Amino acid sequence: MRALVVLRTLLAHWRRHPVELATLLVGLAVATALWSGVQALNAQARASYDRAAAVLGGDVLSTVVAADGQRFPLEDYVALRRAGWKVSPVIEGDMRRADGSVRVLGVDPVTLPPAAGSLDIGEGAERLTQFLTPPNLALAAPETVARLGGAQDLPPLAESADLPPDTLVVDIAVAERLLDAPGRLSRLLLAPGETRALPAALAGRLRVEAPRETGDLDRLTDSFHLNLTAFGFLSFVVGLFIVYSAIGLAFEQRKPMLRTLRACGVSARMLTGVMVGELVGLALVAGLAGVVAGYAIAASLLPDVAASLRGLYGARVPGSLSLAPAWWAAGIAISVGGALFAAAGSLWRAWTLPLLAPAQPQAWLQAQRRGLRLQGALAAAIGAGALAALVFGDGLVAGFAVMGGLLLAAALLLPSVLAGVLSLGARGARRPMVQWLWADGRQQLSGLSLALMALLLALAVNVGVGTMVDSFRRTFTGWLDQRLAAEVYLTAADAEGAQAVALWLDARPEVRARLPIWNVEGRLRDWPVEIYGFRDDPTYRDNWPLIATLPEAWDRVAAGEAALVSEQLARRLNLALGETVTLPSPQGPWPVEVAAIYSDYGNPEGQVMVAVDALTARWPEVDRRRLALRVAPEAAAALVTDLRAAFPGVEAVDQRALKDLSKRIFERTFTVTVALNALTLAVAGIALLTSLLTLSNLRLVQLAPLWAMGVTRRRLAAIEMGKALALAALTALAALPLGLAVAWVLTAVINVQAFGWKLPIFLFPGQWLTLLGMALATAFLAALWPAWRLRRASPLTLLQGFSNER
Amino acid sequence: MSARWLIFLLLFPAAVQGQGYAGLGSGAGGYAAVTAPAALEFPRDHGAHPGFRIEWWYLTANLKGEDGEDFGAQWTLFRQAGRPEPEAEGWASGQIWMGHAALTTADAHRVAETFARGGIGQAGVETAPFRAWIDDWEMTGTDDGIGALTVAARGEDFAYRLKVRTDHEPVLQGVAGFSVKSEAGQASYYYSQPFYAVSGEIEVEGRRVAVTGRAWLDREWSSQPLAEDQSGWDWFSLHLEDGAKVMLFRLRSETEPPFLSGTWIAPDGTPTPLAPDQIAMTPVAETEVAGRRLPVGWRIEVPDFGLAVDTEPLNAQSWMGTLFPYWEGPISVTGSHDGRGYLEMTGYE
Repeated sequence: MRALVVLRTLLAHWRRHPVELATLLVGLAVATALWSGVQALNAQARASYDRAAAVLGGDVLSTVVAADGQRFPLEDYVALRRAGWKVSPVIEGDMRRADGSVRVLGVDPVTLPPAAGSLDIGEGAERLTQFLTPPNLALAAPETVARLGGAQDLPPLAESADLPPDTLVVDIAVAERLLDAPGRLSRLLLAPGETRALPAALAGRLRVEAPRETGDLDRLTDSFHLNLTAFGFLSFVVGLFIVYSAIGLAFEQRKPMLRTLRACGVSARMLTGVMVGELVGLALVAGLAGVVAGYAIAASLLPDVAASLRGLYGARVPGSLSLAPAWWAAGIAISVGGALFAAAGSLWRAWTLPLLAPAQPQAWLQAQRRGLRLQGALAAAIGAGALAALVFGDGLVAGFAVMGGLLLAAALLLPSVLAGVLSLGARGARRPMVQWLWADGRQQLSGLSLALMALLLALAVNVGVGTMVDSFRRTFTGWLDQRLAAEVYLTAADAEGAQAVALWLDARPEVRARLPIWNVEGRLRDWPVEIYGFRDDPTYRDNWPLIATLPEAWDRVAAGEAALVSEQLARRLNLALGETVTLPSPQGPWPVEVAAIYSDYGNPEGQVMVAVDALTARWPEVDRRRLALRVAPEAAAALVTDLRAAFPGVEAVDQRALKDLSKRIFERTFTVTVALNALTLAVAGIALLTSLLTLSNLRLVQLAPLWAMGVTRRRLAAIEMGKALALAALTALAALPLGLAVAWVLTAVINVQAFGWKLPIFLFPGQWLTLLGMALATAFLAALWPAWRLRRASPLTLLQGFSNER
Repeated sequence: MSARWLIFLLLFPAAVQGQGYAGLGSGAGGYAAVTAPAALEFPRDHGAHPGFRIEWWYLTANLKGEDGEDFGAQWTLFRQAGRPEPEAEGWASGQIWMGHAALTTADAHRVAETFARGGIGQAGVETAPFRAWIDDWEMTGTDDGIGALTVAARGEDFAYRLKVRTDHEPVLQGVAGFSVKSEAGQASYYYSQPFYAVSGEIEVEGRRVAVTGRAWLDREWSSQPLAEDQSGWDWFSLHLEDGAKVMLFRLRSETEPPFLSGTWIAPDGTPTPLAPDQIAMTPVAETEVAGRRLPVGWRIEVPDFGLAVDTEPLNAQSWMGTLFPYWEGPISVTGSHDGRGYLEMTGYE
């Protein structure tokens, strides 16, 4: 009963200060929203990778695949079955269609092992029979059925809820036709319990692969999701600053009330208990609002995330959110946990609150110095840790440790730096008012430092990410020009079609060169890798973006002795120039020397380039459908039009369209990062506002004497505003070098670990000015209301500053 | 809905609608029809008949170990046409094959089952020389006849390899191979080779046992062997001590009395079709098997040939827990004649 009375008394405070209540709730909700929004995006994407990996029991069943990773003849399957192996055949591949490709999975339901999971066809014998008998059925996720329904080149579609998007499961007879792979198989599902070694006749060409709990997609996209998580966490931390300030403010204001309650006989235990209860209640409300907002953020960002995952990794993530109840619970839990963490200090002070107010501690300067020294030492320790992670660490987590350490150390150092600047200023000051100004600035610093730290972090990360994105954009654009040097790129429906097109092209005088882009997919030390064959041509020699090269690399590659290797692959496998890499070919292992390393941005898979004749000699089954054409640039558009008219089945695209497409994918990749960045800055602004509000109440004690000595309220308000702007500007200046350091960590450490490529950094001073402006604007907006309140403060309020109420 | 269920529906689409055991009672639309006279011809008819909807190669063997222990072995290959159109090549074939193998001892009945698509060579039947196979199970002849075969199959917990041999010609069932299955005239083409002598080896419970005995091969194909009201059958193949062989079956109907038929095969191989009123088949002992009650003991009478015997299973639990479950196991015969044989019972719910 008594607890209820205490609670009602405590809650009365919020009724009188609705804006503070709103700030607290908004801060907590925003922090929760950003965090759970990012988690939702990750969860959604991961769930669809898992779904993709689990299709046909890929997560539990071993498979038999060709040693070279290519498709293999049906006869191998029959031979294994005839040797008593319980295997079931699968053909899979991408079917190119006008509106993008579709993954086709062909299965043989007759031999499909039960562990391959069930095909959810729905009720009714009719549909089941249809799957196996012409015109057959294609199973697909409901959204895919909605998108592809009625397509002429596909069997009738039926819904199956468990499938990933843009994936069709069809009978193997249908898949063979759709994928134009008669008599070929991609892999065999192996029923559990088979422990024999493969028959000798097949052992050279086939191998058994253990089930993969995580698919390639999971591994390849790991870095993408870790990036998102890091940004989500940053936003959350910045959001907690708001909560900290709001709770601190409330505590300061309620101190007399708390003392009164304690004096009335409420125990410290009960008081703190009720405060915890109050806080948890508020956090639940804010958390609920936060997860709802997080859902909204995720839903609005998901199309971009899905598009960039698809563009970058070929991952198929549904465009609509479906989240497990655990996600909602986790969002609310992190809200409560965050609130308790941010309130720990205030709660501790409530617990230990002395019944009688001690004399106002005038020795704040000493206390501040002590605090700053402590923070400085902590910053040094954390900075040393970050440095150690940089030097000795390896992997993406170490990269983020460097980043986190750097940011935290810088944030902790910020008050010392600002204090230093302010005391330097004070030393130069002569007039009393100016001296007071500097000194007061330092006094204010303690209360504002957390908000300024939040601002520093938000600004620095903005500078860092902005620098990285723009550096990447500039590099990428130049790189695209090098990589897409040919004017026209085309893909025929099949090898015969490509042959026909080649003949047709030979009769066109404007075609200066016809370059095959033939490739096979393989695996190198268990990583997916693309092996491309190219014909020696100035197009490559003059343009290809080589990072490092041996002398006469091109001649040696053209002679079939060596290969070009992409930067990602070289980093992943630790390959240096002159080393030998062994490619698994159907004709047996093929050792080639690494003659050069080239940049291959945006490609999660490793790439190897070899002479096209060497490729076809070792991989007779190579995909021969793609060609690049060198034509006079002005003739390209007309040639594409003619090509499309002459060969309706051929996809022809000119260089400019391809570049546009690549740039679009690129832009979408960073949409999420940029959006989170903007939100983080907004959160930092709210934090600053809360802190200033907190201080404006506390500072009446400091300002009242000045007012009493004749400084007008208007002037005082202007001074307060000026100080807020100056501190923000100082913070922004500090954020600049920190931001560049962040950019360096991002490009030289995190990108290399996450994606396998290193970027040159370019500096964009225009961006810095914008950011400085944004920092000042944020500070201005945040300081506006407290200053306005001060200006409109009644003399009575100011007089109360002397009444020593506290 | 599991893939297995899918095959079930494909193989026997009418089964879910309750028409006869395993859908054998549904219409024959589009498939080749069974008409009299049969005009069977060998070795052609040892091979597959893809125009007909269903067909089987069905071998059962009563075996004895050197110490007198009794065993039973079953090797069966079923073929089913998924659609009446002519067989296409490769995966598009439309034919589906199913293999059942079993090995019975007095206290265990071990079963294996496997499936295959037609058109790719995983399963099939060839003549010249004769060869029927699915996965690593096979029934292989040395020439285009079926007088000498090697029969082998393997499950998770058993294996056998048997040589079966006879000098007898195949025996045509019914009227020269045209076997009527109901009063309404449903029929199949049906011949048997009941005269095999067997020698071979079985592997079970970690031991290898040399065995000898007798085997019976049934060949049957049709597009609609059961009438719509017929729910299952009880089928006997008997090797009598005096060298005669008897085939009897009883097709149960939901609305009519059972339809009885059979063939008395003299020791020289001369068949005499038995009319319904010449046969009496009476269940005398029931046992609970796989959650249902089955008549595992029978009284069999064919008075015109002086036959009045009781049959008893080697193992009453000879349950084939396959996709379409049924009872199939070795039996012993006592009474007016002694002998051994096989009993098959289908359609008991």
